[in-house]
Amino acid sequence: MPKDSGIGASPKRREDVRFLTGAGNYTDDINVAGQAYVHFLRSDVAHARIKGIDTSAAAGMPGVVKIFTGADFEGVGGLPCGWQVTDRHGEPMQEPPHPILAQGKVRHVGDPIAAVVADTYEQARDAAEAIEVDLEELPAIVDMKAALADGAPKLHDDLTSNLCYDWVLGETDDAVVQKAFDEADHVTTLELTNQRLVANPMEPRVAVGEYKRGTDEYTLYTTSQNPHVIRLLMCAFVLGLPEHKVRVVAPDVGGGFGTKIFHYAEEAFCTFAAKACNRPVKWTASRTEAFMSDAQGRDHVTKIELAMDKDNNFTALRTNTLANMGAYLSTFSSSVPTWLHGTLMAGNYKTPCIQVNVKAVFTSTVPVDAYRGAGRPEATFQIERVIDKAARERGVDPIKLRRQNFITEFPYDTPVALTYDTGDYNGTMDKLEAAADIAGFAARRAESEKNGKLRGLGINCYIEACGIAPSNIVGMLGARAGLYDAATVRVNATGSISVMVGAHSHGQGHETAFPQVVAEMIGIDESQVEIVHGDTSKIPFGMGTYGSRSLAVCGSAMVRATEKVINKAKKIAAHLMEASEADIELKDGMFSVAGTDKSVAWGDVTLTAYVPHNFPLEEIEPGLEETAFYDPANFTYPAGAYACEVEVDPETGKVTIERFAAADDFGNIINPMIVDGQVHGGIGQGIGQALLEGCVYDENGQLLSGSYMDYAMPRADDVPFYTVDHSSQTPCTHNPLGVKGCGEAGAIGSPPAVVNAVIDALQSGGKNVTHIDMPLSPGRVWAAMNG
Amino acid sequence: MYNFEFEKPGSIADAVAALGSEDAMPLGGGQTLIPAMKQRLNAPSKLVSLSGIAEMKGVCVRDDGALSIGGATPHAVVAAEAGAHYPALAGLASHIGDPAVRNRGTIGGSLANNDPAACYPSAALGSGATIVTNNREIAADDYFQGMFTTALEEGEIIVEVRFPIPEKANYQKFVQPASRFALTGVFVAKYADGVRVAVTGASEEGVFRWSEAEAALSSDFSASAVDGLSVSPDGMIGDIHGTPAYRASLIKTLTKRAVAAAA
Amino acid sequence: MPQVSMTVNGKATSGDVEGRTLLSAYLRDHLGMTGTHVGCDTSQCGACVVHVNGEAVKSCTMFAAEADGATVDTIEGQANADGSLNVIQQAFQDHHGLQCGFCTPGMVMSAAALLKENPKPTEQEVRDYLEGNLCRCTGYHNIVKAILAASGQDVGAIAAE
Repeated sequence: MPKDSGIGASPKRREDVRFLTGAGNYTDDINVAGQAYVHFLRSDVAHARIKGIDTSAAAGMPGVVKIFTGADFEGVGGLPCGWQVTDRHGEPMQEPPHPILAQGKVRHVGDPIAAVVADTYEQARDAAEAIEVDLEELPAIVDMKAALADGAPKLHDDLTSNLCYDWVLGETDDAVVQKAFDEADHVTTLELTNQRLVANPMEPRVAVGEYKRGTDEYTLYTTSQNPHVIRLLMCAFVLGLPEHKVRVVAPDVGGGFGTKIFHYAEEAFCTFAAKACNRPVKWTASRTEAFMSDAQGRDHVTKIELAMDKDNNFTALRTNTLANMGAYLSTFSSSVPTWLHGTLMAGNYKTPCIQVNVKAVFTSTVPVDAYRGAGRPEATFQIERVIDKAARERGVDPIKLRRQNFITEFPYDTPVALTYDTGDYNGTMDKLEAAADIAGFAARRAESEKNGKLRGLGINCYIEACGIAPSNIVGMLGARAGLYDAATVRVNATGSISVMVGAHSHGQGHETAFPQVVAEMIGIDESQVEIVHGDTSKIPFGMGTYGSRSLAVCGSAMVRATEKVINKAKKIAAHLMEASEADIELKDGMFSVAGTDKSVAWGDVTLTAYVPHNFPLEEIEPGLEETAFYDPANFTYPAGAYACEVEVDPETGKVTIERFAAADDFGNIINPMIVDGQVHGGIGQGIGQALLEGCVYDENGQLLSGSYMDYAMPRADDVPFYTVDHSSQTPCTHNPLGVKGCGEAGAIGSPPAVVNAVIDALQSGGKNVTHIDMPLSPGRVWAAMNG
Repeated sequence: MYNFEFEKPGSIADAVAALGSEDAMPLGGGQTLIPAMKQRLNAPSKLVSLSGIAEMKGVCVRDDGALSIGGATPHAVVAAEAGAHYPALAGLASHIGDPAVRNRGTIGGSLANNDPAACYPSAALGSGATIVTNNREIAADDYFQGMFTTALEEGEIIVEVRFPIPEKANYQKFVQPASRFALTGVFVAKYADGVRVAVTGASEEGVFRWSEAEAALSSDFSASAVDGLSVSPDGMIGDIHGTPAYRASLIKTLTKRAVAAAA
Repeated sequence: MPQVSMTVNGKATSGDVEGRTLLSAYLRDHLGMTGTHVGCDTSQCGACVVHVNGEAVKSCTMFAAEADGATVDTIEGQANADGSLNVIQQAFQDHHGLQCGFCTPGMVMSAAALLKENPKPTEQEVRDYLEGNLCRCTGYHNIVKAILAASGQDVGAIAAE
């Protein structure tokens, strides 16, 4: 029987009631008395020198409060990059300034030039149209190869080139790698693009800045996955404000997928302008604005080579990747193609020799940063596509080839800097073969062929490094922040509990899942436990929610804090029952003395803590509240195997997803319903990447996919029901819950399955197509078939 | 968006009068106009809503046998009410935009805008419809004059569209995956005096008739009649969703499918 | 400024609006009913769907003045009289048909319009009807499942895991 509460149960989500009745509180729902509105005048060209900005006409327009340009921000810092990558020669990456408003140059369409604060939004926009900007247009820098060519125009005049860094991981001796390839029986090579995507949480970004002169306090309401990180970056690097005078609140957040991790210019602007204008200042992005100001994702171009011996054992892997940074370094952008991508290039396989080469490039496009999976989808796509191609070239079954090369012994030190603590890739593949009914594929293909359709089956595996991250390791790798998390467990006198956590749900259901853990540990009803998050004034500290880390890192902090609470409560119970603390047991909310019938209830102990009439004051303090910071010992390594079946219409190239199955090993699971939902959503986005989505710039740096009219979001009729299985469970060995994280898996594991399936379908139809770059739109598939 | 004066007359005469003021624009369902106005691409001084004019709404069969649709009739009403008389037209209307868009968007608004990827122009041209305005009747063959360009004059509004009802007809829409407009759409209608084939979404000139296919199908209304034909990619739209060659290929594929479905 | 009046969730409302005031802005800014969300500016995401005179419309693509005299229903008016979730809302909660909740008001309003028109839709009919409602969190699996369940159909056989 499934449990109905506690760890492993799927209680209904408590946050749903407000979301389903229109009572959610998203940032755009917040209006502060007296607020003004800001409109950003954004560049409509990709690259230009600013020769002059004349705001005089605009300043006199109705409702205008104040107009800001880059000159107003010369006294403050720019937006920082949180990760210093060291290149192959030991030199630091090139790190250009990233001003709040453009200074000297604009570097992408959407780069903010000026900001108009006015009584109403429309007045601000009217006035922005009256600002005269004298731009000397410069050549757009769009193509990465061209950007690195000798004599290419430079985006940042003070840098030596458009190269951010040239980085290598794994076997650094080229001769060793080349020898492995020279000795190979077979080498499979693939050149591919992992196209640029736009995260597109349905809630656009919003910021509301408020300043109270009487107390010299700032409040920023913002759509953020990590309010403390925003406060830290904004105070320490941008505005130079004391953290204790700044409160950052992220209320209900309407999806993030990474794009709401980063500290954005608009957040710092609204905070700054609230004081400068002596009025609260609100900004709400339109979707059009989001397309040109939200950090975008992916955008890698890669050549991958896989060497195999005569028995099809993988012997070496080499990649050369160009990674697009866009115009500036967004908060964690530099880490994505390096430590979140290169380190995953072993995949699930025991390839002994791996070399990963990455050149990160500045272009006159919107900055690129982490998007669901961040680097790991790029790694998985390369590995799983090249393996699929290799299987075809060698005439072996793609599942068999994978199984043959699986890592089977743990812990396993990869050649690319990670130690996988646990996993069972064959066991997970067994689950997939059953869930996907691989055995029944041939019959389904025959049926499709009867209907004039080509049917294909695509398989892939993935591994990801989640639970980001051990601070000492990431510190060595260049992170400028620790990546622990924190929780405070506050027990009230009557026994109910508020848990202040540094993770911040933006759809993941923390308000439901986190109490399941605390309630089970103590043995009380979940309704007695409440989660508090998203407000720097209420929670101790926190690095936020991303990288599938909330439960593995913040949840672990919550467990530690709860353990501390229980230990103290046991001391109180021991005192009340005049027993030895060592003999106190806690079960189902009752403290008892081992071997006796003496017991005292949770509520009696908590009341005693706050009404300490009979209390061992010489041993312990009154009250019952504990805080824990948790810094993980290692990453966690969720892994899985996915299968996709497609039909391709040979006349139009239209791909239809007929079946999709996922088998994941997430370790232990707290709430299976929420885990299923996370996997569904990830698969939806992965199918979106594989078939529909693509952020495209023309040669002038103009965004061709700047709205939902041209950026194809997956819709309900683009996807099927998914079959998901997470019964393959090898618990994480180093965190107290044995959990690994599930938020990104679907987006990481699904694109190669879809592409592999389409290639399989085309091959079954006699088409010699070995690769098509995503998205596999009907037009591209048709062109490949008719190429 | 820029502000404007809003007016909602109750009759065609009042609407025409209201549209007489400088920079006034008619407002159908607004499903294209309002997004454009949000981008500040239009700056009307006045919007004259056509949604309150009862005489411009509804679906009925005329004495001459043609199906008459009021210019302010929403797509959803056409989808629900035209089916008994002209199923292909109802089918087309039932796949424009999405349900909420279909409740607002109107046939007159669609034809007046003449988006090169809209569905209705192919039905009007493919049916040889008559566009009836407040002051004249325009044959579909004369009405469509290229992307976003029509025979309508300033202040002229579509009050009715008359569709001769064919013996057989079908519309095949292949969607552009983002906008869900037609990447290419083909409307085929067989009349006693011949077959009409109208193509939307594909040409840089907007909706057009594929005359070679019409000739072939007029003598043999079967999918195979089109086998020997091909469409030149010259003049076809090329964008991130499809090349001219792809659109040219779709025209043929969809024409065959439309004929097969109609027959 | 012209005045508009409309009945919203059974209550008479009125306000002075500009010609350009959208119905979504009237609801959110004039009435303070922020349950209706705005997620795009091209009339595609559907987070703003409300019912006007019983029909689903995108409130960000309709002027408030167009709704003068109309009956408008929003997410705030969907729960039962005693405040409990209605059948559709309850199905969304039971089947985890929402995550971040931002698209949810539009999804619920579209689902209500669908089930009024087609009380027992097939899976494909549900998916087709949601063409104008984008969700970025759920991959649509549990939304479709919830709507089928709300229609009284057995969803036990739908793959969950």
